This record gives sequence, structure tokens and C-alpha cells, in this order.
Amino acid sequence: MYKFLVRRFIFSIFTLIGATIIVFTLSRVVGDPRLLYAQEGGYGLSDQAWDDLGVMLGLDKPLIVQYFKWVGQVVTGDLGESLLGREEVSKLIVQKVPNTLQLGLVSWMIATAIGIPLGVLSAVKRGSFWDYLGRGFALLGQAAPPFWIGIMAILFFAVRLDWLPAGGKGEGIGGLKSFILPAATLGLAASASYLRLTRSAMLEILDSEFVKLARAKGVGSQMVIWKHAFKNALIPPLTLSALILVGFITGTVVVETVFTWPGLGRLAVISTNENDFPVMTGVVLVFALLYVIINLITDLTYAIVDPRIRIG
Amino acid sequence: MATEVSRGDATAFAVVGRAQQKNRAQRFLGFVGNWPVLPVFMLSILIVMALLADTPFYGGVTGFNPELPSLSDRNAPINSDGDLKSWERAVSRAEKNGTPIPDRPHFWLGADQFGRDILTRIMKGAQISLIILTIAVTVGMVFGTTYGVAAGYFGGILDEALMRALDVYFSIPFILLALVAVIVFGQSITVMLVLLALLAWPPFVRNVRAEVLSLKEREYVAASRATGASDVWIMWKHIVPNVINTVIVIATLRVGQLILAEAILSFLGAGVPPPTPTWGAMVAEGRDYLASAWWISFFPGVMIFLLVMSLNFIGDWFRDRFDPRLRNSV
Repeated sequence: MYKFLVRRFIFSIFTLIGATIIVFTLSRVVGDPRLLYAQEGGYGLSDQAWDDLGVMLGLDKPLIVQYFKWVGQVVTGDLGESLLGREEVSKLIVQKVPNTLQLGLVSWMIATAIGIPLGVLSAVKRGSFWDYLGRGFALLGQAAPPFWIGIMAILFFAVRLDWLPAGGKGEGIGGLKSFILPAATLGLAASASYLRLTRSAMLEILDSEFVKLARAKGVGSQMVIWKHAFKNALIPPLTLSALILVGFITGTVVVETVFTWPGLGRLAVISTNENDFPVMTGVVLVFALLYVIINLITDLTYAIVDPRIRIG
Repeated sequence: MATEVSRGDATAFAVVGRAQQKNRAQRFLGFVGNWPVLPVFMLSILIVMALLADTPFYGGVTGFNPELPSLSDRNAPINSDGDLKSWERAVSRAEKNGTPIPDRPHFWLGADQFGRDILTRIMKGAQISLIILTIAVTVGMVFGTTYGVAAGYFGGILDEALMRALDVYFSIPFILLALVAVIVFGQSITVMLVLLALLAWPPFVRNVRAEVLSLKEREYVAASRATGASDVWIMWKHIVPNVINTVIVIATLRVGQLILAEAILSFLGAGVPPPTPTWGAMVAEGRDYLASAWWISFFPGVMIFLLVMSLNFIGDWFRDRFDPRLRNSV
């Protein structure tokens, strides 16, 4: 198990290095980074000011030195200043991270609370109303664009019925209402994936020899479903949790834009629309870090749940 | 008694006959009925719409230009006629100039915030989605297959390097890469195409590589090598034809996801630049008019949903028909 985890850990460090290289390359592909601050060829700046800007940004050194200097700054939490407002990027990001994490957590709870039980139900009562409900739900979650679902939810629950706020994040206990629509929208696609995975895993296991043996021994049907089948059927959804949670990263960008949620995803979109490169790189790096952490946690839970990995 | 027996026999024959007939009918239905009829039908309608959107015939279908505004028809409701005064003015101008008198416009699905017909824009949007997807999927397919075949066939260090590179590639959430690329290169159809092609290729690599690993151990490959065939020849003649089924199945299953990705990028304002209509951008535009004109967002979203759903059904059918082993991996 330790060998497995150490290998995964080393790999995630390589992943992070890869991410920084890609971001750095992209930031240099644009051409001279000074163009973020000044016109082509330094129009309106004296030669002295143009060169000073170059020295300030470290452009007088070779590319590899620039890269390591930049990585050094990133590691110590210095992500530079935003072009608009000249705020510290790390400060901007730290403000937004809790909001995104809260939204992600609530959505994930909704996704598992709907997807896994409905998947079990749909597999156990195959061909029944519940099965069709589950499969219809999976279809919707797979094919409907999340932003459209969100907008239609606003139209119905906020504009027409006026039950829930259309966007923004409320404060305190009353603010919990503002979680409902964004979290449900974000959770929909994930719960559809959980449902499909649980259903197919459950169907396969209900058909296996040890379940038949348990039934033949006269074990009660609830006992068979929950103790014998369900525990084993949880492994595929758990392993794919990483993929599903990574889908959340795309999801938060979309859902936060639809519901004007003050999180990282919205910051990414705003900085894109404003061409604010430093903020954007900061957000990308934070998301890459989140991705690596998510993967490590799922590897850990996977190792705990599946003895074949724990022992091997 | 005898009569009863013979009657019984007759019934038995009749039953057998009917069963045979049913079998023949079933055989026919089995061939046709296995097709996901409804999804194929929906997809065909979409393709026809896309084709009609640019032909001279297109003026005859809806009579609108999808990119030009008509401010008197802003947010016109579903199934309404165009603004009467504007039309009368156009008619009197036509009479004065002796040009053909225009028909009064009719908005079957309503008009958007600039008075542009939504049906026409959906048709034009279908065209743009289909063009982008065809190119992106083809590029992704060719690149991904080549990558997978190379990794699987040559093995060793090359395989290891290629697969680790793929892992690193996976670690960067696509949407953020896309947003950064849009900042760096600006919004354009080309950027969109490259991004979607970048999104398309990875699933091809893993599945193709896995198949190549077993294909390259076959006797006919060894035989071919013994006769002095080059690696390129073996890959092209003996490996690629054997993985083509898998490749086609993955391509169909991938298209739906690419449509969604394109719609999401357009929605976020990182897609094809306006005024070219794309479905995702149309949904985004309607967001500010939800209370007064819900149809602006509603219909393009329905189109995305229907298209992706049809493609998923067709992809599933392809998979079950041509490559059922993929069931658990794609």
C-alpha cells in the first residue's frame, strides 16, 4: 500500500511540474510579456522605461532562469498582481476558494445521495418504474448542457415561482437557500454518472456466483443486496470519483457563471473576458493543485476500500 | 375423434406457419428495428437544417439573415408575425422601387434581443457545430490513433514516455486550458477547432494502445516481419485495419461530448466570436431576458440536448454492434 501511495505521490508532483511548464510556456507564447502592460514596441514609453520593465519582469535573464524564478515565486505563494486593480492574485484567490469548496462539497453530497441509492434501486428492481426513472435521469444528466439546466432552473424556481434566489451567495442560515439551485445543477451530471456506474456494477454483482450462493443458503434479500452486493458495487463509483470530481472543475466554472457565485470558476471566466493573464494563471495553478489533491484522496480511499491494493 | 385430431393438426400447422411468418417479419424488423430509429431521424433533421442554412433555398425557408438585427422585432414571442409598421414600410419602398414585395416575416420560435429569428440562428448554429465537430473529431481520431499505435507497437521507453505525457495532459482541466488559450490567442474558429481536437484525442490512445499490444503478438505480424516487411508497412497493413472498429466506435461516442464542450465554451464567451450564432452563445445571450423572453435561451438548449442525446444513442448502438468489449471502458 505504501509503495502504491508513494508512487502516486511522486507522480502527482510530476503532474504539478508539468502544469507549471505548460502555464509558463503559454505565458511566453504570447510574445513579449511586456505587452500585457504596454503597447507594441513600447509605444508611449521611453527606451529606459521599456528596458526597466523588462528587468522588473526578469526578461534580461535566460528563459530557464525565468522559469525557475517564476516557480520559486509561485511556491512561496506570490502569484503576481492582477492587471486590473493591481490586487495581489493570491489574495483574490484565497477569498474565493472557500466559496467554491463549499459549493463543491454540497453538490457532491447531493450527487452521491441521489445517484448511488437510485442506481441500486434501478438495478435491484430492473425493468420497474424506478429503473426507467433512473435511466431517464442518467440520460438527462449525460446529454443536457449544465448551463442550460441552470438557466431553466432559474427561470422556473426563481423567476416564475420566486421560491429561490436567482444567483449570488447568501449569508448565514438564510443564505443556505442560495446553495440549492447551483448545487443541484452542479450535482446533476455527477449523480447521473454515479447512477450509471452503480447500476451496472450492481447488475454485474447480483449476477455473480457468491450472490447466488448467498441466496441459495437462504440469506434474506435485503441482506444480500446491502451486505453482499452493495459493498462490492461501490468500488467502481469510488474509483471513478476522481473523474467525477474533476468534472466538477469544469462544472464549477459553468455553474458559478450562471448563478454569479463568487468562486474560483467565476474568477477564471471574468479574468478571461478581461484578458487578465496573471489572475488566470493563478486560477489554473490552484485548480491543478486541487486536481492532484482530489486524485491523491481517491487513491487513498481506494486503497482502504479494496484489499487487493492495500495488501499488494 | 378423427376430425378433432385433423383440426388439431391444422391448427398446429397454422401455428407453425404463423411462427415462420413471424420469424421472417422479425428477421426484417431485427435488421431495421435494431437501429436507433428516432435518434438517427433527429440527427438527419439536424443535418438537413444545417445544409439548408446556407443554400439559396435558405431564404425560402425562413427568409431571415441570422446575423442581421431588426430592432422593431426585439424579443418577438413564439409564433408571431414581424412588426407590422416595419413590414408596411418595406412594402411601400418595394413598390416605389419596383422590386418584388417581401413577405411579412414570421417568427416560428420567436426572436432574440436584437430581433433576429431564433429558428434561422439555430439552423446556422447547427451548421457551425457540425463543421467544427467533423474537423475536430477527424483530427483527434487520426492523431489519437497514430499516438496509440506508435505507443503500443514500439513499446519500451517510447511507450512509457508517451503514456506519462498523456497522464500529465489529463491533469490540466480542459476548460482552463481553453480559457487560457483564448486569452493568449484570442477568439476565433481556428482556436476553437484546435481546442476541440485537443479534447478529442486521449480516449483513442488508451483503447487503441491496449488492442495493439495484443495484435502485435499475432502470427501474421510475425510472418510479415519474417518476409522483411518494414514497421510502417506492418502497422499500416496489419494493425490499423484491426483497430479501425474500435476507433469508429470511440469517435461516435466522443462527438456528443465535444458538442457539449463546444457549447460550454461558447456559453462562457470563449467560443466562436459573435455575431456568428452558436447554440451555447445563444443560451448565454438569453440569460439576461429570462423574465421577458425565455424562448431565447430555451430553444438552443433543447437543440443541444436533442443532438447530444441522439449521438449518445447512436454511439451506444455502434458500440454494441461493432465492439461490445468497449462497454466497460468508454
